[in-house]
Amino acid sequence: MNHTAKRVRYVLKRLLQSIPVVLAILVVNFFLLHLAEGDAADVLAGEAGSATPEYMAQLRQKFGLDKPLPVQLAIYLKNVLSFDLGFSFRHDMPVATLVLDRFIPTLLLMVSTIVIAVGFGIVLGLLAASGLNTWRDNVISIFALITYATPLFWIGLMMIVVFSLKLHWFPTSGMENVAMFYEGWDRVIDIAHHLVMPTITLSLFYLALYTRLMRASMLEQAGMDYVVTARAKGLTERRIVFGHILRNALLPVVTMAGVQVGALIGGSVIVESVFAWPGLGMLAYEALFSRDLNLLLGIFLLSALLVVAINLIVDVIYSFLDPRIEVS
Amino acid sequence: MSADDQPKPLLDIRNLFVQLPRGAERTHAVEDVSYTLNNNEILCVVGESGSGKSITARAIMGLLPAPHVHIDQGTIDFNGESLTTIKESRMREIRGGEISMIFQEPMTALNPVMTIGKQIDEVIRFHTKTRKKHRRQRAVELIDSVHLPDPEHIIRAYPHELSGGQRQRAMIAMALAMEPKILIADEPTTALDVTTQAQILKLIKELQQSHDTGVLFITHDFGVVADIADRVAVMQHGRIVEIGTTDQVLNHPQHPYTQGLMRAVPSLTPPAVRSISSDTELSVNALTKTYKSGGGWFGLGAKERIVHAADNVSIKLHKGETLGVVGESGSGKSTLARCIVRLINAEEGEILYQGVDLRPLNRKEMRPYRSKIQMVFQDPFASLNPRSKVGRIIADGPRVLGVPSAQADKRAREMLELVGLDERAFDRFPHEFSGGQRQRIGIARALALDPEILVADEPVSALDVSIQAQILQLLADIRERLQLSMVFITHDLRVAAQVCDRIAVMRLGKIVEAGPTATLFSDAEHPYTRELLNAVPGKDWHPETATAPLKQDP
Repeated sequence: MNHTAKRVRYVLKRLLQSIPVVLAILVVNFFLLHLAEGDAADVLAGEAGSATPEYMAQLRQKFGLDKPLPVQLAIYLKNVLSFDLGFSFRHDMPVATLVLDRFIPTLLLMVSTIVIAVGFGIVLGLLAASGLNTWRDNVISIFALITYATPLFWIGLMMIVVFSLKLHWFPTSGMENVAMFYEGWDRVIDIAHHLVMPTITLSLFYLALYTRLMRASMLEQAGMDYVVTARAKGLTERRIVFGHILRNALLPVVTMAGVQVGALIGGSVIVESVFAWPGLGMLAYEALFSRDLNLLLGIFLLSALLVVAINLIVDVIYSFLDPRIEVS
Repeated sequence: MSADDQPKPLLDIRNLFVQLPRGAERTHAVEDVSYTLNNNEILCVVGESGSGKSITARAIMGLLPAPHVHIDQGTIDFNGESLTTIKESRMREIRGGEISMIFQEPMTALNPVMTIGKQIDEVIRFHTKTRKKHRRQRAVELIDSVHLPDPEHIIRAYPHELSGGQRQRAMIAMALAMEPKILIADEPTTALDVTTQAQILKLIKELQQSHDTGVLFITHDFGVVADIADRVAVMQHGRIVEIGTTDQVLNHPQHPYTQGLMRAVPSLTPPAVRSISSDTELSVNALTKTYKSGGGWFGLGAKERIVHAADNVSIKLHKGETLGVVGESGSGKSTLARCIVRLINAEEGEILYQGVDLRPLNRKEMRPYRSKIQMVFQDPFASLNPRSKVGRIIADGPRVLGVPSAQADKRAREMLELVGLDERAFDRFPHEFSGGQRQRIGIARALALDPEILVADEPVSALDVSIQAQILQLLADIRERLQLSMVFITHDLRVAAQVCDRIAVMRLGKIVEAGPTATLFSDAEHPYTRELLNAVPGKDWHPETATAPLKQDP
């Protein structure tokens, strides 16, 4: 059997494996959210003021909240399986439309963050390790330590103060300048302009993490026996670093990146709030406070699918990097 | 052999000193070492760990871990060029081009994420301006010349897809890519099975003769020396204590250190038969342990693999007897040992001890028998908890079985004395001890539970030969004193010959032959046993005759 066929089978197997995972996430999320005090009826009634118990009961009946929990779960699962994520009473829109609408900005933010954090992390780690204990290593290590220790929201606020309010280089918030009605490339450039600060804010922490990981990984690999072999073969140091050490050193970084995609979604809640980025994180934040459980469940489901999908992608990348992993 | 009637040597090392970083055990790793290597000659450098034999080799290649370890004084002359003062760019040309090196561990010495073909190709690409097509052709030729099957397939394979012996062959092919004048082999067969080792030694010898290469062969094994060397240098504590032709050094050693080392090499002739009682202490009947992996996922999973680690194994251990289980890696001998101690559970068969079948017992039912069967492990570094003090490691066993603390501690101190360690060891951590001392601690730990059966899994294979002799002596003493029965797992037939009363030979999970040691060594019936015996390095060299006249110690 050739390698391509093996990979296809591997992906199929992994997709099969992810079905029970996603189902379990659905069920756990459902019960977790119902553990929280209060429901949508409480919030709506509270906002309307002077609600009678009859009105509350009517609301609950309308949203199906009066049925026993297992029945609610069964109905929810049935709906999800027919791709119906329910209706958000708060936004007066189907959850699916709402969530998919906000999904693109979040994906944009996440992908650019991962690319920057992993990409620059690898480069910085490589530079630090190859100039071990020189000024280059020290500068990079100190930079990593500081960004690692600084809270995300603070960096975001400070960047707004410095680059938006003082220097007027970047817009303070939002994803695009709606009033200008840009189209085509102008719109792309406008969004990219808005994207710069949220991405940098979100990626700094992870950048520090990957820099440190890459540096440690490079140093560990540099002490391996095969490096001595490479040297004994008469290769140049350059070739040893780029041809031999680098690929082996990448493996733990890729693993870590896969694991952290989930955490990245969590981190994006803060960044999206600070920069008013119209993404899933903001939506989740709003949904949480309005007890819009249908919407929250929809967001959770999408996030779970995203994490599962990215983990699969990372594993496939890993199998290309490391031939020892058997894909089948 | 004076220098005058010889042509100029290929490699000439004179008064070499290699400095160690401050705070190391000694100031120099290598002190005042001089030796020469000629064309078409195999020089073996022998010594125990820490003798500086590998450091000298690294110094020749300019591969010392700079800047902490560096050449302090002395010259290394290669074909008229001084390797200690040469430019780095020229040194790179020499490395892999004119002097190549192969290493001990063929798994870690090859880059795991690069194909064999690419790793060979690299050498040719960096040393010549050959076109890609020709380089590929050359790689295939090289693979073929080290007798690997299907070279076209091998150059596309990754290291993990080859066996240990195949990897070492690939490594040799890579080292010979540029037809170097010198091949430095740093313990190239130590990590290999004995039959594979014999093949690799034959290959090195064959290639050396066909290419007139000078081979610097580093080893700790006098058996290997006897098989392959033209000349021998013996190193101790960074110095050369003796150098000469193989016959001079192996059969008429002059230096007391060499003589001591040779005395420590176990002889292949089994000692006189001991009388053993015919009572059975332990009998294992039709034991089967299978490992499965892969399968499932509606046919999408990995191909199902089934390994019969122990396949219908039956052995009998008499009271006071030492039963050897010998075999190569993957033969299932360690699995068998672990099944007997119940560290892993066999699926079928019985383990009869005092009329009770231990195999199906659960944790609680097994308890009373745990202390009766104890194990000594192979790796004295990995098998002791680095965060526990020695006293605690030894006393833990009795304590768990309900012995009061004070009494358990007292027992631990007694055990330390029994294995020849100072009582002060009680309050120290394992890392403060040498390998041999740690193995003593491991033995004390097993004995603290007052066992009747000791299962020793390769207890001396990680130790230097002189330490090995001491530990074997200790095990023999204890066996006599405590009337222990022992299952002794080993891959080393020399050790087995000296220690075991009877031997069972395992292969692929099955016992192919079993019998009294002397009988097995003189008239082995199974072809595999004969193959194993034939592969023992230095089987025609008898250290006991070489050192007999000088033997004074009891």
